[in-house]
Amino acid sequence: MLAALPYWGVSLIRILGGIVAVLLPAGSIVYIFLFKMMSFMQSRLGPMEAGPYGSMQLFAEVGKWLQKEDLAPDGADKRLFKMAPLIVLASTFLLIAVVPFGPDAWFTNFEAGIFYALAVSSVSVLGILMAGWSSANKYSLMGGLRAAGQLIAYELPMVLAVIGVVIQAGTMNLQQIVVKQNNDKIFGLHFLGNPYILTQFVGFIVFMIAVQAELTQTPFDMPIAESELVSGYMTEYSGFRFLIFFIGEFATAGVFALIASALFLGGWGVPFSWFGWHNIGDVANWMNVVGPLIMFVKMMIVVFLIMWVRFSFPRFREDQLQRFAWKVLIPIALANIMLTAILKVAF
Amino acid sequence: MAKPKVPGMFKGLGITFNTLVDTLKNGAATVQYPHEKESPPVRARGVIALREDNCTSCMLCARSCPDWCIYIEGHKELAPPRRAGGKPRGVNKLDRFDIDYALCMYCGICVEVCPFDALFWSPEYEYSEPKIADLLHDKTKLGEWMETVPEAPELESGALKGKK
Repeated sequence: MLAALPYWGVSLIRILGGIVAVLLPAGSIVYIFLFKMMSFMQSRLGPMEAGPYGSMQLFAEVGKWLQKEDLAPDGADKRLFKMAPLIVLASTFLLIAVVPFGPDAWFTNFEAGIFYALAVSSVSVLGILMAGWSSANKYSLMGGLRAAGQLIAYELPMVLAVIGVVIQAGTMNLQQIVVKQNNDKIFGLHFLGNPYILTQFVGFIVFMIAVQAELTQTPFDMPIAESELVSGYMTEYSGFRFLIFFIGEFATAGVFALIASALFLGGWGVPFSWFGWHNIGDVANWMNVVGPLIMFVKMMIVVFLIMWVRFSFPRFREDQLQRFAWKVLIPIALANIMLTAILKVAF
Repeated sequence: MAKPKVPGMFKGLGITFNTLVDTLKNGAATVQYPHEKESPPVRARGVIALREDNCTSCMLCARSCPDWCIYIEGHKELAPPRRAGGKPRGVNKLDRFDIDYALCMYCGICVEVCPFDALFWSPEYEYSEPKIADLLHDKTKLGEWMETVPEAPELESGALKGKK
């Protein structure tokens, strides 16, 4: 179907698809997890007035933020200050480009997909540092520096955890990683495929912890610690630009969850042996519709884990955070890589 | 056999998850305020009511108020004598007794300090106003709150031990 469209048509569909793929998860994450699950975990109901069960609350919040004045502090570096949230959000949109949603439902079928994703995800560090520096506020600056230190520290275990998957799959293309997981067998059994969460469980745990830190969700939220740094690099932002940071935070959570489910949970696929498929060419066309739904469900499960941890634990101390990354996570991830490589060669 | 020790981390996750399930099954511990209301306990500090007859305008409450939110003005009057042929009695008449609830911090010292039982706590709490000046309750309004003052609960056993 897509082949019949002119180039601009395909591009338009991809842009719209990208916006949906970023904003839809962000919105549902905020409503289902931030508004509702967090409230239930604290034995309260959360927003109930706007729409049935408060489902329109998010629109009310967005409307409120859009009405607010777009303030910039006097001493701020105005240009950087205004650019920073856009850079953070842009990195999210760049990330979604490599996530496959079905046999033909992808934005780019990129050979070095996961490599690109990990590289682009660190662009948001630049945005956050810019926000912290240009705000001309010592709390913001401290928040920005903490964020930089934290995001760089946790980038490493994340990359190392992914290497295990890459070694096992033998490819960096996310689409092929998904196909491999569903087409493979574990202990000679076909019916489950081989989702890498089984063989790469250590990698999955390390990856999830690193994602938690990359997203600055609660046990690792020193950069925005509201009680110490009054929201860190976001202190001086208001209205529309704060909204962009806010969307960016939860959209990135969604995209990282999508990448995690593509890497470890078998992505959009069902085990191919169920339908007698042998490679991606055999996969039925309806998977292009069912695939995104499967991805969405898996994303929700992964985000549930992230948010569950977020709502349960208090914040680490800054030095504990750094020690945990360098002394615990990275050695574990390295050992995991070695083990994976040895087993890969052995079998 | 000793129970295997669950690391605190997982215990914490368990607590939040159990609360989640519990809220979904049995409802939240909170109340959706404008639609349903909690009935506050009998001794709740909602609003202070004034029994004007008991007040002698002795000013103890006004002076002990940490926020200076009680305003009292009064004058002396002569009341008819108790017994025939006696002297007329001098009594203090209350002209003004205002409590500014914009300032009040609900410490309850005025209620404690009142030697003539003229001030009472009422658990009523819905008296917010669009204008801050309207939070100044005069003695008529404070008198109306008297209707909402509940019966004092029974003293606990032994509460009066050692007292005469």
